[in-house]
Amino acid sequence: MYVIIAGAGKVGWNLARELLERGDEVTVIEQDRRRYLTVEQELEHAVQYGDATELWVLERAGIQRADLVVAVTGDDEDNLIICQVAKEKYLCERIIARCNNPRNLTHFKLLGIQPAVSATDLILRLIEHEVPRYGLVHLLDLPEERLEIIELVVGDGCKAAGRRVADLSLPEGVLVISVLRDGSGFVPGADSVVEAGDEVLIVLDPGLEGDITQLFVANGASGASA
Amino acid sequence: MFVLVVGSGRVGSSVATSALRAGHTVSVLDEDPLSHERLDVELGRSWEDAGGRFTIGTALELDALTEAGIEEADVFIASTDGDNTNLVVAQLAHRRFDVPKVIARVLDPRRAAWYAEQGLHTICPTQIAIEQLEKAALEIG
Repeated sequence: MYVIIAGAGKVGWNLARELLERGDEVTVIEQDRRRYLTVEQELEHAVQYGDATELWVLERAGIQRADLVVAVTGDDEDNLIICQVAKEKYLCERIIARCNNPRNLTHFKLLGIQPAVSATDLILRLIEHEVPRYGLVHLLDLPEERLEIIELVVGDGCKAAGRRVADLSLPEGVLVISVLRDGSGFVPGADSVVEAGDEVLIVLDPGLEGDITQLFVANGASGASA
Repeated sequence: MFVLVVGSGRVGSSVATSALRAGHTVSVLDEDPLSHERLDVELGRSWEDAGGRFTIGTALELDALTEAGIEEADVFIASTDGDNTNLVVAQLAHRRFDVPKVIARVLDPRRAAWYAEQGLHTICPTQIAIEQLEKAALEIG
């Protein structure tokens, strides 16, 4: 596989090293002269000096025959343009973009630059997983399919505790798919009773989390500490 | 017309002041508060007193673009000092906010030409300089 990597920062350099070790052919493009000279001592001809947003630099690196273009500079605009040009002008089949500011992910999406990887976003998700707000964990988000699966612990004294699933008056688009109690799980029926301390898995349409939180989190437990 | 200028350097601020003098509603977005002074100086009076709008923020921030009035803009001019910033923000203005007229300043002639082929209205000062220099040189020669 021939891979062009734009940006020889920590991400680009380490990525190049791993890919070369796997036996892939790699060209890294770096626009900072000093950084280029440093990286070149190790990567030798696998790194080229230049601005990867300039078409001739990409062409010199052989973008026409690249199987994959990875844009991992520290600048989101540059990563967007490099990937857009690779995909739409040079018809490169696979692109991967780094998104430094997670707020820019929406721009990558709008311009069809996917996948866009944001380390900040990944860490935020991990934090959410480790330190769940209101005891709610996102297990799966499928924004395209408009589906989420969340896990939460039923709070003491919340509206749902002690009630049958059928009596929860769950909003449309919400389904309790499993209940984990005392280490064993079951798929609840309409008559199953939800108890405080249960871990429940819920599948729902995006945007309904607020309603769910109200039902399953004890009154007053939400907000303040989050 | 409502004209939104993103990037108020020499080019952006001049276009913004001419548009304001011509009676248009003009809003300027720039990350550097100093660019506001440039507007005052070029205009010869306070930008706000003359009816201009100014927002501090970076081009890719949706909140800043909204505050600057992108949703009402008839004309959008991307004139920051970064080609790629201009190309990205111009595409946002066009695709996300449906601004009727979007113009991006792009210094690199090849990128300007390719994006123009894709339907983006680009203006390339470098290309203009090349043509004028060629013309001037030949006239002298």
